[in-house]
Parts: sequence; structure tokens; C-alpha cells
Amino acid sequence: MAPATKALYKQVFPVKSDLESAGKVSTEVRRILRSLGVEPEVVRRAGIVCFEGEMNIALYTKGGRIILIVRDDRVELLFSDRGPGIADIDLVKQPGYSTAPDWARELGFGAGMGIPNMEANSDRFAMYSRVGVGTVIRATIFRRCHETCGGNRAPGT
Amino acid sequence: MKIREVARLMGAEVLCGEESLDLEVTRAFAADLMSDVLAMVQEEGVLLITGTVVPQVVRVAEVMSMGAILFVRGKRPSAATVNYAAEVGIPLLATDKIMFEACGILYSRGLLPAKRKALPRENGPRD
Ligand SMILES: Nc1ncnc2c1ncn2[C@@H]1O[C@H](COP(=O)(O)OP(=O)(O)OP(=O)(O)O)[C@@H](O)[C@H]1O
Ligand SMILES: [Mg+2]
Repeated sequence: MAPATKALYKQVFPVKSDLESAGKVSTEVRRILRSLGVEPEVVRRAGIVCFEGEMNIALYTKGGRIILIVRDDRVELLFSDRGPGIADIDLVKQPGYSTAPDWARELGFGAGMGIPNMEANSDRFAMYSRVGVGTVIRATIFRRCHETCGGNRAPGT
Repeated sequence: MKIREVARLMGAEVLCGEESLDLEVTRAFAADLMSDVLAMVQEEGVLLITGTVVPQVVRVAEVMSMGAILFVRGKRPSAATVNYAAEVGIPLLATDKIMFEACGILYSRGLLPAKRKALPRENGPRD
């Protein structure tokens, strides 16, 4: 991967293991990205990725955090949590796989589409996990601004 | 279709966003599963028709830049949820009609369905 450019903005958001506030970080991230003048399509994708990651931390873990890093050429979202971890990463990447409890389904979640949706809205997506320890996800969205600002393409595409 | 027209056809109560009723919703997407909304809606300004009333519904609509939310089956979100929607400028309507009837009426009056984004891997090779 091309070396990352200098961070223009960085912020750490704690995420609690409760549903009351789940989704707050995503809306805050969207506001920050918009105020930094990040392209609307990138804001949209980052908002979706962040929301799915945030919901998973709230639903399945003992809490964690999300780090937002904005660079000239990309937006990065780093998710980390304090467990329970994921035994089979290939399995959770499959659309439809879910261990969501009934109460989560009653809230309108638990279709097993969050992680596939995060991957689909990212240009780079990496997941690491250790059972009993926790999970780390790095999602990268390149700020390629095609029509509007003339072909600043993502490296490697 | 104007949000005002949606409210009229639904006999809906306007929970918040009175000042935005003359804005248009582009198309509509009906689901109780927020997972599907997050994975499938692609345009902005879409009307979300749902029977799910948790606070995250408004956040989903916000993240997806949706135009308004119509709650069906007589469901009402909490006052805190309504206040949050008012704050972020998402109009909320509530009707006693069931989802099928609400959709049928709006569709017959010309409100178009949202385009559905293919699921990740849906178009890929089956493994
Ligand atoms: N941070 C995490 N730690 C531990 N397990 C997780 C974590 N995130 C997801 N999982 C597991 O992976 C499964 C799939 O997650 P995914 O987000 O794809 O779907 P879901 O949360 O079940 O449903 P949806 O996101 O569509 O509402 C979850 O059901 C859960 O078992
Ligand atoms: Mg999920």
C-alpha cells in the first residue's frame, strides 16, 4: 500500500456497550468530515461504515473505541473493542451470518449484513481478532474526486 | 412527492418537521430491518417507511441522508427520539395504517420505489 500522507485531523471516540447512545459517533463523524470539506460521497460511505462498526461494538462487545483519521487522500476508521473477539473472520464477512440476540433483532438489527456492508463501502478493509481479547478493524476510504476535481485516483486502482 | 402530500394521504400525524413539509421525497423504501436500509438504499432524500421505532432509526435516516420517516401500524417513537429528529431536521410522520396499505396508497399515487443496491457479493460468483 502507498505510504499514508500526513493526518489532517484525528479524533478518538469511546463507544459504550449500550444501545442508548449507539449511532452517536457516526453522526459526529459525518459532521466533522463535512466541516472539513470532505467529498459528499466519501462522507456518505464513511458514515455507513462507522455506523455498522459502532452498532457492532455496542451490540456485541464490552465497549471499545473508534479513531477517525482524515488525510489528504483518504479517510481511515479504526475500530477496536475489548472482546469477546471473533473466531472465524471469513464467516462473519459472509452476508447473512449473525449471532445477534432476539432483542437486537427486535430493534431492527441482526441481518448479518453489517460487516459485508462495511467492506462494500471501504476501499481497504482489514479485520483482526483474537477470541477472548477483542477485535480490530481498519477501514480506508480513498478520497478520489473524479468528475469534480480531475482524476486524483486512489493508489493501486 | 411532497412530504405534506404523504402526510395527507396517510392521514398521518406530523411528529416533527412541520416547516419541511413542502420538501420532496424522491422515492420510498419500506423495511423494519435497519440492516437492510443501511445496506440497500443508495439515493438521498428517500422516504423511509417503517414500523421500527428505536432511536437508531433516526440515526440511520441521518447517516443515509433520507428525506423523512413515516412510522406505520400506529407505532410512535419516544419523545427523545422525536426531539433528536427535530434537531437534525428529519421530518417524522406517524400513521395508523399497516405498512402494506401505506405502501399501496403511496405507490398508486406515483411515489416510486427506491432503487435497491445489490447486496455485497450478490453479483459475484457463488461459492
Ligand atoms: N466487534 C465484534 N466483536 C465480536 N463479534 C462481532 C463483532 N462484530 C460482529 N460480530 C459478530 O459477527 C456477526 C456478523 O456481524 P454483522 O455486523 O455482519 O451482522 P449483524 O450485526 O449480526 O447484523 P446487522 O449488522 O446486519 O444488523 C455478528 O452477529 C456477531 O456475531
Ligand atoms: Mg452488525
